[in-house]
Amino acid sequence: LTGRRRVRLPVSSRTLATGILTASLGLVLAGTMLRLPRDPGGLTQLAEEYLPDAGAGHPVTAVLLDFRAYDTWLEVGVLVLAALGALALRRRESVADVDPPPAAGPVLDGVTRLVVPVMVVVAGYLLWLGTHAPGGAFQSGAVLAAAGILLFISGGRSIGVLSGRRLAAALVGGFVAFLLVGLLTMATGRALLDYPPGTASALIVAVELAVTVTIAVGLTTLFVVTRRGRGDA
Amino acid sequence: VTPFLIYSVLSALLFAVALHGLIVQPQLLRKVLALNIMGSSVFLFLVAVAYRNADPAPDPVPHAMVLTGIVVAVSATALALAVARRLADETGLDRLPERDEEQP
Repeated sequence: LTGRRRVRLPVSSRTLATGILTASLGLVLAGTMLRLPRDPGGLTQLAEEYLPDAGAGHPVTAVLLDFRAYDTWLEVGVLVLAALGALALRRRESVADVDPPPAAGPVLDGVTRLVVPVMVVVAGYLLWLGTHAPGGAFQSGAVLAAAGILLFISGGRSIGVLSGRRLAAALVGGFVAFLLVGLLTMATGRALLDYPPGTASALIVAVELAVTVTIAVGLTTLFVVTRRGRGDA
Repeated sequence: VTPFLIYSVLSALLFAVALHGLIVQPQLLRKVLALNIMGSSVFLFLVAVAYRNADPAPDPVPHAMVLTGIVVAVSATALALAVARRLADETGLDRLPERDEEQP
């Protein structure tokens, strides 16, 4: 009559089983990482060696926009696809009709007025700095995106001022700039994004400018688009 | 105990914890957060590798990969949130329907 009494665990058996599996995976991963062969210098020496040929004086910028520029190009592609996908999911062509959040008070307005112009200057400085020190298109675009979001949450129109076509143009600008430069290098008989000597700096700056705009507009779009607006059910 | 040992083991554990959360947590927002933590654990590992191979300066290639990865992670997160928002608008759910809920 007694039967076997089921032991009640504080967690479900599914959670427990998943826990055991993921914990084993974690241990295997940690074990693998500890057995990695030590690679003295890694790619540092290689990057330093070719740095004079690169169009940027800072190794990270050189890797991002010269040695492995196709990584950065496709990354911009991911950002553009995500922004266009988010717009499509929210059934929008632009974010012009998205309602800004309710006013948060005079402090936010005042701070926004003070900070946004400084952020624009900082973004330009970071872009220029990227050629020889930590900085570059990403940091610059992120600061600009933060300014765009700040403008939006304090009731400004932010990137809502861009019509659908202009928003799309700003979004794909960085991707297209990379594409054109890539085609240009191929037209001169070199590999894709293998800049001819002497032109690397100028091409990188041109691409970085377009990429900065794309990153700033893309990130701001991704933030703004998920909010409700007029015309939403 | 080297810094690389601490950071790499920590990143492996963080990855496992986040994967567990991704599977077990039903709410989509928590799944997105778990995915983010998984991404962060990979970034932590890449930064640790860059530092471990440091000759005097950290290896720039893993650093550039982390920078690239951050933008991709942010984009994927935002797209996932847009999907979750659309699902919430259409169905009022904050999670995917369970299989047994679909057949009453």
